[in-house]
Amino acid sequence: MPSDEAGVGGGFPIASEARGVLEAARREGRALTETERAIAQIEAFTPEEAEARIRMAEAPPEDPGIRRPMVINLGPQHPSTHGVLRLITELDGEVILDIHPIVGYLHTGIEKQCENKTYWQAVTLVTRMDYLSPYFNTLAYCLAVERLLDLEIPDRAKFLRVIMCEVNRIASHLVWLGTSGLELGAISAFFYTYRERDKALDLGEMISGERMNTRYFQVGGCAQDMPDGFEGELRRFIGEMPSRIDEYEQLLSNNQIWLDRTRGVGILPVDELIGLGVTGPALRAAGVAHDLRKAAPYSGYEHFDFDVPVATDGDVYARYTVRIREMRESVRIIEQALDGIPEGRHIADDRKVVLPPREELAVSMEALIHHFKLVTEGFHVPAGEVYAAVESPRGEMGCYVVSDGGPKPYRCHMRDPSFVNLQALRPMAKGSYLADLIAMIGSMDNVMGGVDR
Amino acid sequence: MERADREGRGLSDLRDLIDASCPGAVVDEIESHGELTIEIARERLLEVARFLAAPPAAFRLLSDVACADFPDEPGRFRLAYQLYSLDSGARVRLRVWAGADDPEVDSVVPVWPTANWHEREVYDLMGVRFRGHPDLARIAMPDDWEGHPLRKDYPLGGEEVTFTDAV
Amino acid sequence: MALIPPPGTPIERAPRTDQSVDWDLKDPELADFVKRGLLMTTVDKISSWAQSSAIWPAGFGLACCAIEMMHMVTPRIDIARFGAELIRASPRQSDLMIVSGRVSQKMAPVLRHIYDQMLEPKWVISMGACASSGGVFNNYALVQGVDKIVPVDVYVPGCPPRPESLVEGIMLLQKKIGSGGQSSSRELWNAQTGKDAA
Repeated sequence: MPSDEAGVGGGFPIASEARGVLEAARREGRALTETERAIAQIEAFTPEEAEARIRMAEAPPEDPGIRRPMVINLGPQHPSTHGVLRLITELDGEVILDIHPIVGYLHTGIEKQCENKTYWQAVTLVTRMDYLSPYFNTLAYCLAVERLLDLEIPDRAKFLRVIMCEVNRIASHLVWLGTSGLELGAISAFFYTYRERDKALDLGEMISGERMNTRYFQVGGCAQDMPDGFEGELRRFIGEMPSRIDEYEQLLSNNQIWLDRTRGVGILPVDELIGLGVTGPALRAAGVAHDLRKAAPYSGYEHFDFDVPVATDGDVYARYTVRIREMRESVRIIEQALDGIPEGRHIADDRKVVLPPREELAVSMEALIHHFKLVTEGFHVPAGEVYAAVESPRGEMGCYVVSDGGPKPYRCHMRDPSFVNLQALRPMAKGSYLADLIAMIGSMDNVMGGVDR
Repeated sequence: MERADREGRGLSDLRDLIDASCPGAVVDEIESHGELTIEIARERLLEVARFLAAPPAAFRLLSDVACADFPDEPGRFRLAYQLYSLDSGARVRLRVWAGADDPEVDSVVPVWPTANWHEREVYDLMGVRFRGHPDLARIAMPDDWEGHPLRKDYPLGGEEVTFTDAV
Repeated sequence: MALIPPPGTPIERAPRTDQSVDWDLKDPELADFVKRGLLMTTVDKISSWAQSSAIWPAGFGLACCAIEMMHMVTPRIDIARFGAELIRASPRQSDLMIVSGRVSQKMAPVLRHIYDQMLEPKWVISMGACASSGGVFNNYALVQGVDKIVPVDVYVPGCPPRPESLVEGIMLLQKKIGSGGQSSSRELWNAQTGKDAA
């Protein structure tokens, strides 16, 4: 594809993109929308006007003395955008006038493909959506399906779910801390945090067989119980975690450069944040103590004693302190869960929904038939619709499942927190420096897999 | 069973509240699996939205806008707005049918700005237009894509896998 | 007793597990070859040794595989041992593009554009199932295999592949570039005389 350097803004093939956008608009017989105008980087209201302006832009400028905003493309391939996020940035020198986030570069069609899989198979697709919090994706989905089925989960399964979710929360916050540090120049933080994350992923591998993208949570409970040695490893992990978090704080919390770059950056008024639907640490850093684990407890969270860290400043530094404290609270929760985990089954007992244990397949005809039906056809879920929400490391992660009584979901829609939180980036960035934009993107902790699904 | 926290929140009189200030807007009220769904007539959506976002109901947080395609139903596209109240912790779902030919609904962006990208996604993947949306462009598919992928008559696509009928 | 060998007994060393790295030039012909030919190794071999020992990846992390790629850079696996820890942001300064993650229809032209911006010689590792073949997602939204867009040198399967798998992929690429990472004299000797490596 030839790259048209001439044209407004230059860089990524503007003129051919603009023409593609015009074609689409002309075909549908409508004017260009704001984002499309940004992509075509032209000010036009009808396709004909746009065409005229493109022709004009390809001609040399008449008066080089006019001060125009510089439009640069923080393209999808960028080391600091946390994935494939494209920001078309209008700059006046170093100050940002406006940004247009363009997403969709990781759109995977997960929701459509879930409609072709049985409820049990769909867990493997859903887990790959927000790839830093696979346990939370599957938990939201499994809670929704279990609610549709009116299925009771054994208490042991609930505690196991809580343990793995909190391990995931720690692992996800470690990635956020490492990459935020990396982007702002504190490269050591990256190496320190990933050392711990490897240990957390080892725990995940021990219990589920996979480091990332696990399908450990099933409809009805967990795929298997804690193997031997897991509890010892987990206790060792949470035993050393507080001192490691102290290490990270030593690196950053009172670091003058970190303070200068993150204090006062990215503040939005609380009403605007709520209006934009922001949830999670970004909202808690602005003073709203909203945590779904306390407000609408699920999976046994009401049994645990933990605090919800809240800050008042609402800037990037506040979000940093909130997430650090959340890691400490997660350690507390895991410890309480390990101490108090009840005996019992790791998955529900309902043979119509849950696979029978493999040992039974050799001796029981009924178990064999159940297994066969569940694997080939899947279990039928009564018709209805349910929205189940969990508190993921980024905010409210919800799953809206519509069932028509068959073995496959009729519609499975995931409400991803990054998708919604990213909308707050535009009002936050107006009027700030380009370097602050990088700090803001890091603090929103968006995972593009969740944004685009 | 884990339930959404709605016991004792007074949600049972939500329909009456809405009926009082927006008469005739509520078409149906469904309670199932511990959740409340209120179906609204298409033209009254913005009015009901404004009412619910303000006190006393104060559903300030719009969690999600989702759309399901029912090709056999007269309304075809069923939109679901998940609302959450920060003060009372109550959840409610608003349901609207957008219509089969030329599906169009009022945009709730003036009430909840978060609906901006949600409605863009519904437009991109389902084809439902939103009147009054500030920036209704495609968000997930490339700008010159034809068709709306999540509709039931749109094929799944991908490669054909030989010797198997698995997808 | 006879547990301590008497003085003068030849000391037996355990055989090296990796026979190709053999610094003991026991073979007199080999020793002669080394004396004669070490400084006359062809420029190709030196340059391929240099290229493979310092492959700089362009950062093209897309999805879950990118996180495992980041794990490869960090202390436990440490790709710096292979000279590849310098993930350049600019494709014009890198030689290797590790396509880590699912490539959607919208991203495909961007991928090709970045590949075109890289300078020769350049290599591509397709990391993960989604990049190699579309993976779990056989649908409208993804390009079913990045080799439809760019020529791929090494495919690393997995969902996501372990960082160790990716390192093996890079080691395979190093062999493909023309060197086993560090050319040993024995390898050069074997290549010249046609003897098989042990």
